[in-house]
Amino acid sequence: MSAKPFLKIDHVDKIFPLGKGKEYVALRDVKLEIRENEIVSIIGHSGCGKSTILNLIAGLDTISNGTILLEDKHITAPGPERAVVFQNHSLLPWLTVYQNIEMAVKKVMKELDAKELRDHVTKYIEMVNLDHAKDKYPGEISGGMKQRVGIARALSIEPKVLLMDEPFGALDSLTRANLQDHLMRIQMQTGNTVIIITHDVDEAVLLSDRVIMMTNGPEATIGEILEVNLPRPRKRLELQHNPEYLRCREAIIEFLYSKFAKDDE
Amino acid sequence: MPYKTINAIALPILLFGVIIAIWSAIADQIPGFPPPLEVWNELIVVLSDPFYDNGAGDQGIALQLLSSLKRVFGGFALAIAVGVPVGLLIGMSKVAQTAFNPYIQILKPVSPLAWLPLALFVFKDVDMTAIFVIFITSIWPIIINTALGVRSVSDDFLNVAKVLQLTAFERVFQIILPVAVPFIFTGMRLSLGIAWLVIVAAEMLTGGLGIGFWIWDEYNNLNYSHIIIGIILIGVVGYILDTIMGLIADYFDYRKRGRV
Repeated sequence: MSAKPFLKIDHVDKIFPLGKGKEYVALRDVKLEIRENEIVSIIGHSGCGKSTILNLIAGLDTISNGTILLEDKHITAPGPERAVVFQNHSLLPWLTVYQNIEMAVKKVMKELDAKELRDHVTKYIEMVNLDHAKDKYPGEISGGMKQRVGIARALSIEPKVLLMDEPFGALDSLTRANLQDHLMRIQMQTGNTVIIITHDVDEAVLLSDRVIMMTNGPEATIGEILEVNLPRPRKRLELQHNPEYLRCREAIIEFLYSKFAKDDE
Repeated sequence: MPYKTINAIALPILLFGVIIAIWSAIADQIPGFPPPLEVWNELIVVLSDPFYDNGAGDQGIALQLLSSLKRVFGGFALAIAVGVPVGLLIGMSKVAQTAFNPYIQILKPVSPLAWLPLALFVFKDVDMTAIFVIFITSIWPIIINTALGVRSVSDDFLNVAKVLQLTAFERVFQIILPVAVPFIFTGMRLSLGIAWLVIVAAEMLTGGLGIGFWIWDEYNNLNYSHIIIGIILIGVVGYILDTIMGLIADYFDYRKRGRV
């Protein structure tokens, strides 16, 4: 691995107290280093603590043992340099698309004057191709569009790391493919560091530079890390029969369904 | 005209006929009970000069109603001013909820009339007493619904607030209040309904002026048709108040906005 890590997860445990002296060890000894501009996905069965890792990086949950460092700074609380795209978009339903993004930008970039603010918000609305819907309320647009607004809002505050918690999980597969393409195009433009939580094998291979595979909980940890050596921009159609794509896909499926198979409880 | 519209007009008219028939039958049985026609004639007399003012105790029906409304809105405004902040506090703080809850549960079911003598003793003033009684009985739905609204703010929205590092003040005004406002208005609507119920009873006991006093006064005058007129007018005004409150509530409800 080159240079020093951008984001460093160092021997992290996450233990949830259950009361009466009992506890649940969700994560045990998680070690991961993520480079700048990298897209990393974290994949695993449900209950493997992958969302917990994201919450720890976001600062929405507290670390039990170990440290997480972003550019050598300890993460202790949430902050706009680690923007989160929530699974259910979390747009404020009483604000329009424009106002949802404006509200975030206004708070984080206080130095912008009125025109700069307008230009900035507009830039990110255009980035996700939602110019035509900017004055609509979240209740008036489709799930895929809502999630694009969620991505635009997260990117608009120019975070160092974009954290995505199963961002496309609630969408139908055609919409999901469309949003994956959006995300890859935007990431090429902005060069963001992105961490995606997913349970979709194809999504993980298509989007990521590296796929982090989690073992099952309790005491989940990183099982294997897979490098995806596919050049960008990646085209969904061309990858269908690409040997590297197929190799990665097989490796993940092998991991999830053979080494760490999980019965449906 | 669509079938539905015809129904909406015809069915109530049909039922009106039934009500009049029952009413007439009752009036036949009870000597002195005013029959519908007599009430109708009296209603026209009462409504033809609603603003006359012959000094204390003898004023037009509109002045009586307005005086009741003034007291209702006095107590109602006070209930909002105190109830909304208290509700916000209880909704946001577990400590406040634990502290306030027993008192809310105990005071909520107390009849407004139970407060009346105490209020009369303290204020020694009819208006203040009526306003206080309205306040103390109509504040509970506002507190309870406001707290419920605050608690219904989803964790996702609060996580957005955390990531953006909103201050407590910004969190209240940009996240919590927009979610809670429809709940607050539901509370206010319930509360206004209660206030309008309470005022009639309160005025019967305190006297002076107001629709409740008017009905009681007409009872003492043996003018029973006016009692029925009073009942009808209280109902109509209550319905208008509720409708206006509903429209205001809808206006501030984001869930009813921007829907095509």
